[in-house]
Amino acid sequence: MSGQPILDVQGLSTDYTVRRQGKTIQVHAVKDVSFTLAKGEVLGIVGESGCGKTTVGRSIVRLAKPHRGEVLFAGTNIFAAAPDELRKLRLRIRMVFQDPFASLDPRRSIGDSIAEAGDIHGLFKGGVDRQGEIEKALNNVGLDGSYAARFPHELSGGQRQRIGIARAILPAPGIVIADEPVSALDVSVQAQVLNLLADLQEMMGLSMVFISHDLGVVGQISDRVAVMYMGRIVETAATRDIVDRPIHPYTITLMAARPRPDPKIRIKPGIEIGEPPSQFDRPAGCPYAKRCAIATSLCATDDPSLRMVASGRMVACHNV
Amino acid sequence: MLYVSDLSVSIGTRADFTDIVSSVSFEIGKGEILGLVGESGCGKSMTSLAVMGLLPEGGPWVRTGRAELAGFDVIHLPPYRRVESGHGGIAMIFQEPMSSLNPVMKIGEQIEEAIRVHERLSGDALTRKARELLELVRIPDAALQLGAYPHQLSGGMRQRVMIAIALACRPQVLIADEPTTALDVTVQTQILSLLRELCDSMGLAILFITHDLGVVAQLVDRVAVMYAGRIVETAAVAQMFERPAHPYTEALMSCLPDPARFSRRLTTIPGQAAKPGQVKQGCEFAPRCRQAVEICVADAVPYAQLSHDHRALCRFPLVEPRP
Repeated sequence: MSGQPILDVQGLSTDYTVRRQGKTIQVHAVKDVSFTLAKGEVLGIVGESGCGKTTVGRSIVRLAKPHRGEVLFAGTNIFAAAPDELRKLRLRIRMVFQDPFASLDPRRSIGDSIAEAGDIHGLFKGGVDRQGEIEKALNNVGLDGSYAARFPHELSGGQRQRIGIARAILPAPGIVIADEPVSALDVSVQAQVLNLLADLQEMMGLSMVFISHDLGVVGQISDRVAVMYMGRIVETAATRDIVDRPIHPYTITLMAARPRPDPKIRIKPGIEIGEPPSQFDRPAGCPYAKRCAIATSLCATDDPSLRMVASGRMVACHNV
Repeated sequence: MLYVSDLSVSIGTRADFTDIVSSVSFEIGKGEILGLVGESGCGKSMTSLAVMGLLPEGGPWVRTGRAELAGFDVIHLPPYRRVESGHGGIAMIFQEPMSSLNPVMKIGEQIEEAIRVHERLSGDALTRKARELLELVRIPDAALQLGAYPHQLSGGMRQRVMIAIALACRPQVLIADEPTTALDVTVQTQILSLLRELCDSMGLAILFITHDLGVVAQLVDRVAVMYAGRIVETAAVAQMFERPAHPYTEALMSCLPDPARFSRRLTTIPGQAAKPGQVKQGCEFAPRCRQAVEICVADAVPYAQLSHDHRALCRFPLVEPRP
């Protein structure tokens, strides 16, 4: 995992314009986010609702309109790509979404859904080749070819997510962006789908951005983790380091709040750790300052930027 | 406090029915939290709706069983009859507070509405009671928040309002059906902490329904695991995690990602979860069980009593019985 990164995100900001009580407000969903993804690497992005993790994923393929920054995919700036070029790039960077029922057309057969991108881009050499590619994609996700003729309503949640993955990998992409791919699944099914993603990632040498609110799931599959809060990355490090020695106060809180299946760690009455502030009245300074145990007066005025604290390890905090 | 025995909920007609909840029995003591755990479709929500008297008209129906609250069987009483007859001691909260709250009514009015069903209060006394309930669930600036509408509150605050409304009826038992599933982890921790506090300070008995084994480990006192409409194991929480007796419980726990373990592959359970009524004969879990033998598939399974509060619906439980 060395050399030039396959994906290089620099200074990405994405704003949404919202009308509220008659006023137009700019919400900074993503604010100055930078990271790289090495070839064959899995980067986990973790954070709570509204932290901007989904918007980062969507901005990379311009499903959300990024306002500033650039994203280089193997050297090509996606944000500067012409429409034609963008369509081709989207064949190389594929997405898997959370709710595979909402992202599959209920009136289309599974085979047609899987082949859609290939059909649009003319990837198949005739019907036999198309059928073969569909079957291969289905086999890769652990389903047999007979599923091609079925429809989404006939499948369970886990099977539907396998179809979502088959659709993403059919054009042999370089990167898969998976946005909460196992959040809607039961634990036993979640384990199956996580194993499948790990298998495919190794087999195809995929690079992957894995977005989830669940640190356990992210830790399971990722080589490296970026923790987001209020539109910013507050900490990034190798998964092991994030799990064993979180540095940013928010990462520490997040790790502690994760319900671990260990009955010796019991929840106590009277825990009050506050909630994230509203995106509509973003505080000046560090957005975590109000909830932070080690905040100083500097934190109330200056928003810390990400800085290197150790090799491969960056933290946005004045006090660590 | 609450005794549920031999509860079966069925779909279909009296002559031709399928049990979606089969012969479920459990009890919850004062100040105790019982976790009802299982995957989608295992019957955990149906069990709670049946106990609450909220099964939809013309839908699934209670075929057998009792739900005794203070010695009185309430299973066939709809909620309004329970209040009239003085047996309305069970309250319930749900996963999505926004779909339970009225979006065009101030939360103060919604709490007062719930209080008035149970108590003759009006004017300042009513407002004061509503404010006290909001304070009890630790909503900051309670007096001010009485005038807020649901959309002005965060998800965590809305769930606190739901708990306040549930407490307005002064329940002995609270049924919480996945109350934190839609919430972020840091918010979830605080709601769980609040439930623990209410349980300890008011002696509330809580039936906590969840699919999340992490939440189970940290919050509940005893666990009942459901699979395909049946309770397959009940035990004290420490026992369940340290020495699971049913192969399904063991398998479910090994599916959990554990960052501390750091293996890139998780253990999985082969196949898909059986739907209630799908397996016609023998043990429902047998087709997926790693230790199933012929008799498991052929014959009905008896409960194995492993200690005074640990039992499993398995012929070959993974732990030895203790006197």
